[in-house]
Amino acid sequence: MLSGLLGLETFFPNGVSHYAIGGLLVGLGTAVIYYGTGIPAGASTFLESTLSYVSDRDRFQRYRASRDWRVVFTVGIVLGAAVYALTIQGGAWTTAVAPWRLFVGGTLVGVGTRVGKGCTSGHGICGVGSVSRTSIVGVVTFMLVAIVTANVVAALGVTP
Amino acid sequence: MSSGRHPLFLPTVLVGGLIFGFGLGISQMARPEVVLDFLTFEDLGLLFVMGGGSVVAGLAFWFVPRLRDGAPLTGRRYERRLKAFDRRVLVGGGIFGVGWGLAGICPGAAYASLGVGNWPILYAIAGMFLGAYAQGVWRSKRADDTATPTPSDD
Repeated sequence: MLSGLLGLETFFPNGVSHYAIGGLLVGLGTAVIYYGTGIPAGASTFLESTLSYVSDRDRFQRYRASRDWRVVFTVGIVLGAAVYALTIQGGAWTTAVAPWRLFVGGTLVGVGTRVGKGCTSGHGICGVGSVSRTSIVGVVTFMLVAIVTANVVAALGVTP
Repeated sequence: MSSGRHPLFLPTVLVGGLIFGFGLGISQMARPEVVLDFLTFEDLGLLFVMGGGSVVAGLAFWFVPRLRDGAPLTGRRYERRLKAFDRRVLVGGGIFGVGWGLAGICPGAAYASLGVGNWPILYAIAGMFLGAYAQGVWRSKRADDTATPTPSDD
């Protein structure tokens, strides 16, 4: 009754506990790295820093100092998710979202995160956690645009 | 920084990444379908992921500098993640938003998605590298690139 009044079943059909636990762990991972190293780590600079291994361009080489630990951070993310998959998820899971959507969307994400100075973890977790106005504006911007985009795509009947 | 690093620097980053990735797995954010359901208001659970994550990180960013002067493994002073605001934040955020709304995936969640066995996410990761590369090439061809601030290692 109470949950019905609050709209919990309408807006949270899958409950909220695993979302909240996951979010707390994402924040905890960020906090561990911050405590040890002083670095508020985001996930998207990995793209540029890793490109420094294959491109001599100054644009990418300037991330050389951080490229090795960013690879380690990303390997950690993959392995951590793999531990989840093997223990709780119970095996591999694959998406039904069309490859062209993943590729085109991924390309725009790659451009946008580098132009806009951060992604959902850099701006969304570290930036918002730092009460950075730049990051809050960045998050509000990409959130609103993403909501419009996803609804337009759904209205056009693109599934999944 | 690379030569005189503390031996626990990389292990700490790895452990942080493991917790971060495990959290992205549990939160279901590694699944594009769940992100798309959030963006179309069918399941607002991701509010708790981003809310929970930023609150825990925020507490760390607030408390840790009050406990110590610098980080034990780097000696680095604890600073918040503050970046200068300019038009790029809006333009980049807009482009990112179109991509996120189309694919339902962002960088950290994409790496985690690979970990949950979602091999088709390689299409998105390949796109991200391509996009970041194209942006870097484009930026370095612009004459006023010197205006770009020196990147920090975050």
